[in-house]
Amino acid sequence: MSQEELVAIQADKVVDARGTACPGPLLAAKKAIAEIKSGEVMEILSADEGTKKDIPKWATKKNHEYMGTVEESGFFKIYLRKA
Amino acid sequence: MEEKILELERRIKQLEATKKKDQLSMVVFSGELDKLLAAMIIATGATAMDMEVKLFFTFWAISALRDKEKRAEKKELTSKMFGAMLPKGTSDVKLSKMNMAGAGLSMLKSLMKKKNVASLEDLLQTAGELGVEINICEMSMNLMGFSKDEMIDYPKLDYCGVGTYLSDAEESAIQLFI
Repeated sequence: MSQEELVAIQADKVVDARGTACPGPLLAAKKAIAEIKSGEVMEILSADEGTKKDIPKWATKKNHEYMGTVEESGFFKIYLRKA
Repeated sequence: MEEKILELERRIKQLEATKKKDQLSMVVFSGELDKLLAAMIIATGATAMDMEVKLFFTFWAISALRDKEKRAEKKELTSKMFGAMLPKGTSDVKLSKMNMAGAGLSMLKSLMKKKNVASLEDLLQTAGELGVEINICEMSMNLMGFSKDEMIDYPKLDYCGVGTYLSDAEESAIQLFI
């Protein structure tokens, strides 16, 4: 997915995990994905660099679709579609 | 043909029986803050990856599970002395390197706060909420002069021997020793 397409996404749920370091964002993502339906999109905000690699790995394991990451200043947004 | 299918079915059953569970077994042996942090970060992270997590606390690590507020009854003198020399709970544990009589320790703690890294207390609390099991090695607990009465309140806390650890470890996809 292109950056433009990602930026245009209206997520069904936004998880702000910028206040936590590893493994905080991963735990927040796991908790939040239980609250959305299959096919819905979740956006995770994180400032923890490791999370950028962790979330896609977790998504693969759980069969969620990793849609991509958008860089902002000092943090980034990761987009997932629930399996 | 039919025989071959039966043979295959038998083999599949065998393979399924020996297949490792999506489970992490970890021996937590060290009693220093840095190593305990690593252990608890991996443990809580593993629950996020939907793994079952079983921790086996033994030797020095058990010190961190003592409750500062609790008093143990009926101890022998040497046990009392040994217990008094060892850390009592998470707030007492030191660093394995650069502790520098506590200066390094407080520097690390303030850096952790600044960088939003969860404290050992928070990680234990989170682990409890996420269903991480803690098994305390009964033999080493007694050896260190600790008793069950002085251990923290933790949801899935139990006491066991090496056999429990081994049978858990045997069926776990990941095994670690920290």
